[in-house]
Amino acid sequence: MKRIRTVLLPPALAIVFAALLCAVALVISGDSPLTALGAMITQVGEGTTAVDIINSGAIYYVAALAVAIGFQMKLFNIGIEGQFRLAACVAAIVGGALVLPPVIHTIVIILVAAAVGALWAGIAALLKAYRGVSEVISTIMLNFIATGLIAFLIRRDTFGLLQGNNISTAPIPESGRFPGISLGSSGTIFGMVFVAALLGVGYWYMLGRTRFGFELRASGESPTAATAGGVDARRMVIIALLLSGAVAGLVGIPELVGRDFAYTLTSPQGYGFTGIAVALLGRNHPVGIALGALLWAFLDKSALALDNVGVPREIVLIMQGSVVLSVVVAYEIVRRYELAAEQRRVSAQLRAVPVPEQQEVRS
Amino acid sequence: MPESEFAVELAGITKRFPGVVANDDIALRVRRGQVHAICGENGAGKSTLMKILYGIQQPDEGTISVDGAVVGFRSPSDAIKAGIGMVHQHFMLADNLTVAENILLGAEALHGIGGGARKRIAELAHVVGLETDPGVLVESLGVADRQRVEIVKVLYRGARTIILDEPTSVLVPQEVDELFDTVRGMRAEGFTFLFISHKLDEVRAIADQITVIRRGTSVGTADPRTVTTRQLAEMMVGSELPSPQTRESTVTDREVLRVEGLELAGDGGGRPLLAGVDLVVHAGEVLGIAGVEGNGQTELVEAIMGIRRAGGTVVVGGRDVSRASTLARREAGIGYIPEDRTRYGLLATQPLWANRMLGYQSRPPVARGGFLGLLDRGAARRDTERIIAEFDVRTPGPDVAAAALSGGNQQKLVVGRELSGDPVLLIASHPTRGVDVGAQAGIWDVLARARARGLAVLLISADLDELIGLSDSIKVMFRGRLVADADPSTVTPEQLGSAMTGAAMTGAAMTGAAMTGAAMTGAAGTGTATTDAGATGRHRRPGQGAR
Repeated sequence: MKRIRTVLLPPALAIVFAALLCAVALVISGDSPLTALGAMITQVGEGTTAVDIINSGAIYYVAALAVAIGFQMKLFNIGIEGQFRLAACVAAIVGGALVLPPVIHTIVIILVAAAVGALWAGIAALLKAYRGVSEVISTIMLNFIATGLIAFLIRRDTFGLLQGNNISTAPIPESGRFPGISLGSSGTIFGMVFVAALLGVGYWYMLGRTRFGFELRASGESPTAATAGGVDARRMVIIALLLSGAVAGLVGIPELVGRDFAYTLTSPQGYGFTGIAVALLGRNHPVGIALGALLWAFLDKSALALDNVGVPREIVLIMQGSVVLSVVVAYEIVRRYELAAEQRRVSAQLRAVPVPEQQEVRS
Repeated sequence: MPESEFAVELAGITKRFPGVVANDDIALRVRRGQVHAICGENGAGKSTLMKILYGIQQPDEGTISVDGAVVGFRSPSDAIKAGIGMVHQHFMLADNLTVAENILLGAEALHGIGGGARKRIAELAHVVGLETDPGVLVESLGVADRQRVEIVKVLYRGARTIILDEPTSVLVPQEVDELFDTVRGMRAEGFTFLFISHKLDEVRAIADQITVIRRGTSVGTADPRTVTTRQLAEMMVGSELPSPQTRESTVTDREVLRVEGLELAGDGGGRPLLAGVDLVVHAGEVLGIAGVEGNGQTELVEAIMGIRRAGGTVVVGGRDVSRASTLARREAGIGYIPEDRTRYGLLATQPLWANRMLGYQSRPPVARGGFLGLLDRGAARRDTERIIAEFDVRTPGPDVAAAALSGGNQQKLVVGRELSGDPVLLIASHPTRGVDVGAQAGIWDVLARARARGLAVLLISADLDELIGLSDSIKVMFRGRLVADADPSTVTPEQLGSAMTGAAMTGAAMTGAAMTGAAMTGAAGTGTATTDAGATGRHRRPGQGAR
């Protein structure tokens, strides 16, 4: 009962607050909040919007999991962006060059992406563990380097091909593609959506049931106590960042093996940063992140409908920004309140039992 | 100057915190020109009361009067304006500034920062007995001088009533005497002192009036000329007293811990933190390490635990673990009670059963093993329940967050955890610091029983009576070296105190043959007795305690 309240109350409050804020912004600019909301909700039933929300949600979910692994031990891997883009690019090149039987081909592409993501994050991990370089700084820098590296990799004299006005890697053959679930005119759900869900289950299991998860959370909660408890801080930094990078490497895969089949100049960007917001929104909890990812995807995809009713689409950005801010604030308030309430409850319960003034010492 | 008999009067002060009533209807009247002691166990509410008087916290109910007029302090600066100053237990000094700069910091408006300020500082330094040049850096000062700087600081701001919060906890007995001389001199000049302590011999030596606080409320006042230490202690805890003592020796000749040539370089090439430390602890033996804090005890413990990398060898139970990780050393059978449980011992927001796993994540019953390192949460819970029952941890159950427990119960949980899994060696760093009397007695009893079962214990403590009462042998640590050995059956707290300052390194004083003058004349109990009766505590031997 108490847990449900702790977990659900803050995001509910935050969403209501953010919605109110948007409503006020709309009213001030002379639009009707109800019309806007109505248009966005109706949009879900239109065309491929519902499937788009699920597909985008899965991508945001993977990105947010990658961020959350770092967050568990207070590591801020801001380089998901660079890790996923480089991983997608290299995986596309490898996938386009190899000739392998179906399934194995797809698995190889996925593994290559995870390995490249881990490798790219591994640079930051080693810098942090052995030279004390803040992972925030190094991963931001690595994002820029990744951009340059990708530009080099998809040049026409390296691995790129000219496709109309666009430069692209060699297309991945049929054997390397991940079939989705086709819903006819409503679109196709990526097969990778299910992989994303499995990742969420794995994340949950690792955190709660394994020694690594325990050590990760202990390091995040109190590095000093973790060290005294035999947790090797340096090893944890390295493994956590490698794992975060490996998951980040998968962010670009749903679109690569489910829709685009090649990495191009115009391949999507920005998922890494969305992942940070979604991880904050979901408080690093596997279910919370899933809900956050879906909310985010809903706001993104339904925004298209706002143009039709003459409401500026940018209102969605206000909503996204304010919901993250208010969630962070709301969780902090509820956390403090709950801790105080628990302390009160413990002492009240202990007072109810008559405590002997002085316990017998030599029993 | 308004005239009123009382410098400070507190009436009906009540302060509630989540989970506790820290102060409950406390009354306190402090006469001008007196030293008024406030006694109480750790956690009795002394510090909260002083924070209220100093304006750091506001009372929920009750009034504060200064010189007969009711005041309301919203911040320490209000209290300072009313002439109340506070010397905190942990000094608030900037090491990299000079003495004069520390005193002037934030009080530049009073006398400027030029000649006027210098003159005033010189006057006050004389009052307090601070003999160092105000131009030297604070980092070069000893603890006693830092404390004087703190007192000058509050006087400079115009304080006439000075709160001393546990001023003797950082001092050795000889320095305590000097502090008391200073306080007596200032009292003669009309200053009023509020002296917070739980060291009863000291309180009786210095105070004109004593107010005893127990469980957040004032239980009475006492006259130090007539009250005995034992009576005071009983007022504080409300019942009969325990004392640390071990009975007949259980020391065997089986080595459990051997440390040889432990070396740890100082930061930035300074004095080494550890220099050639050798020690051996046998099964069934408690080896006590005495020393003023900051002389390498923390580093010694962390080096043995593998938290700090130090040169030299560490052998546990016949196995060389000098290069092993902290976890491997724990697996070799070391239990570790860290000196600061909230920082090093517990995960505050995690439930108790998760805290049970810390340090044991690789071993049964917590770990199931396997490639993934699966944890057995059910077993961790069951074992936490065993600890709760066996070590009398007062909690509604294993699911509450560690932060919800009181300090004593947190410590009992830590002690219970570290004695799980049959350790061969227990490193206990200040095991009863900041816990109530009941928990303290329980922890002493647990340590004595574990020793009887053949556990080797390395005990680090600032409480000299605890050290003398529990240890089979004592080594004194000074500036990173073990400088003297002492026999707990003959040594007195004063002699230990001397050795801790590095004064008596020959070892002669430690045999009791050549007590220092200060110790001989040390007026009625300048020892560091916490709860023990001074008279019997003096020459107690194992098996012949005060009880």
